[in-house]
Amino acid sequence: MMAWLLRRLVASVAIIFAVVTFVFVLIHLAPGEPCFAGGENFTDPEICRLLVRQFGLDQPILVQYWRYLVELVRGNLGYSFALHRPVGDAIADTVPFTLQLAGTALLLDFTLGLGLGIYQALRANRLPDVVLGNVTLFVYSLPTFWLALILLFLFGEKLRLFPVGGASDPILCPTVDSLYCLVDRIWHLVLPAATLGLVGAAGTARFQRAAMLEIAQQDFVRTARAKGLPEPRVVLRHQLRNALLSSITRFGLTFPFLLTGAVLVETIFALPGMGRLTVDAILQRDYAVVTATALIASAMVVTGSLIADILLALADPRIRVHEDAALDIVTA
Amino acid sequence: MTFASWLALVIAIVVAAEAVRWLRHRALAHEHWRRFFRHPTAAWGCGILTFLVIIAIAAPLVAPLDPVVQPDPVRLQNHPPSLTFLMGTDVFSRDVWSRFAYGARISLGIGALGAFIAVALGSLVGAVAGYYRRWVDGMLMRLVDIGLALPRIFILLMAVALWDRLPFAWLAFVIGLTSWFGTSRLVRAEVLGLREREFVVAARALGARSSRVIFGHVLPNAAAPIIVSAALSVGNVLLLEASLSFLGIGVAPPRPSWGNMIADGALSLYTAPWTTLFAGLAISLVVMSLNAVADGLRDALDPREESS
Repeated sequence: MMAWLLRRLVASVAIIFAVVTFVFVLIHLAPGEPCFAGGENFTDPEICRLLVRQFGLDQPILVQYWRYLVELVRGNLGYSFALHRPVGDAIADTVPFTLQLAGTALLLDFTLGLGLGIYQALRANRLPDVVLGNVTLFVYSLPTFWLALILLFLFGEKLRLFPVGGASDPILCPTVDSLYCLVDRIWHLVLPAATLGLVGAAGTARFQRAAMLEIAQQDFVRTARAKGLPEPRVVLRHQLRNALLSSITRFGLTFPFLLTGAVLVETIFALPGMGRLTVDAILQRDYAVVTATALIASAMVVTGSLIADILLALADPRIRVHEDAALDIVTA
Repeated sequence: MTFASWLALVIAIVVAAEAVRWLRHRALAHEHWRRFFRHPTAAWGCGILTFLVIIAIAAPLVAPLDPVVQPDPVRLQNHPPSLTFLMGTDVFSRDVWSRFAYGARISLGIGALGAFIAVALGSLVGAVAGYYRRWVDGMLMRLVDIGLALPRIFILLMAVALWDRLPFAWLAFVIGLTSWFGTSRLVRAEVLGLREREFVVAARALGARSSRVIFGHVLPNAAAPIIVSAALSVGNVLLLEASLSFLGIGVAPPRPSWGNMIADGALSLYTAPWTTLFAGLAISLVVMSLNAVADGLRDALDPREESS
């Protein structure tokens, strides 16, 4: 198993490296100059030349690439022209908000989703299952940004239950320094996290229901029943344990969804997270920030699937015995 | 709404309902398709999709006004839904229903085009990887690993923002180019099983070229997962387009797409929620219908699995 994990780790690093390269190439293929001499915001051509020299933008692209990689390994993500501060600092400020949002959403996603999915599977094809099946199908199909707007309208504007934006009360609680402010912070997180969590939970519920029902048809479940085990034991020990394996795979696949959602939800709820940072940076052609956020985001995705793999290896003895089993489960 | 547009709308509803009824009637003859219509949501999904496609095609007939025209920016701003303005007007006094109908063209068009590109590419890569195995498979699947790890929205945001406004077809193309990774894995898994089957071995033994074996024997037999993933892809591409348009870098305003309409409506969410409501509802309905149809197709096309 260690060899397998090690190989996965190396592959993850290689994937991140490839993403970095891809992003770098993409940015340099794009039209547009880093510094417009003349035009709308007039810049002295002399200053322009100086800036281009200073940042090494006159070097051959391979040299720029090499320098970028070296700096990256040193932990230097570059300097943002638009924010006038190191990119690393800007990201360090925003990542906690995104992680809070994604973490809360993930929690809601899996607690609610697994619960619903298991409940539906136990009541398969009866009224509660059919009703919930249609509800989850609808919620699963909602565009996250639209759901965010609807929740904002209903709970923020009409019922005035939750704040309509921001990560905390800007006057009373600019930082979390008291219990009240902690509650305030959580209060601000409810709607954004619910948006992502509900859509995710609907997907997880559908997934889990299908997994439970598929396992239910397998021979070992029938055997368990035939040898007279009590029903709860069949469901919990035989069906559920095996169905949870595929949920671990789903866990790894949730990260791209969460990050995509975060970009939109952060923009709508004015949360100072990484997604919003990216959207702002893109509109300002802030190369360094865009590359860095794409890099961090892909690192998160890769880390997510690595965590899922490790969990899978811990949970499933088959993988410990022969590695290919992991692939069977992933592709199943 | 003029009399003509009401009439066109009613005809569209009737035609959609009749089409589904006709399909269902035809389906009774085939075991596969009976299984498809056993899903109650699948029939509804078909109906909704047919209706919206008709609306998109017949947009000039159904829409009473030009989607970009602003009849009266002063007095008709944010007019609530009424008999004259079926879905109300937006902040620029444009008729939301007309924008809805023309928006269906763009949103569904991008969805279909993008999904076609994604599925074609995904099937091709998956088939080649699964058929040739060895290093070809290794290389392509590493590429797919990278693609799956790419935070798609970040890459799309970058591409779309860096190249300024992409024209309609390019937007679909770019979204399609970043959406094929899942399909290719699915197809590869299917092809890996198919390539060992007797008819493939026989075709090869008869001296058929690889391209002929792949396109003539392997891919047609992998049609089921391809069709299902095509249905799902349309929804995914539609959602991505809407997300990009919502962020202001998808379809260029004032052209209506459902994503654009939500973005326009978001500005006046509290005073005129209807501008956001209908476009979002349409996207949800399309995606839901496609998911339901995909569920039905999965059951209909896969004889092994009992429907549950």
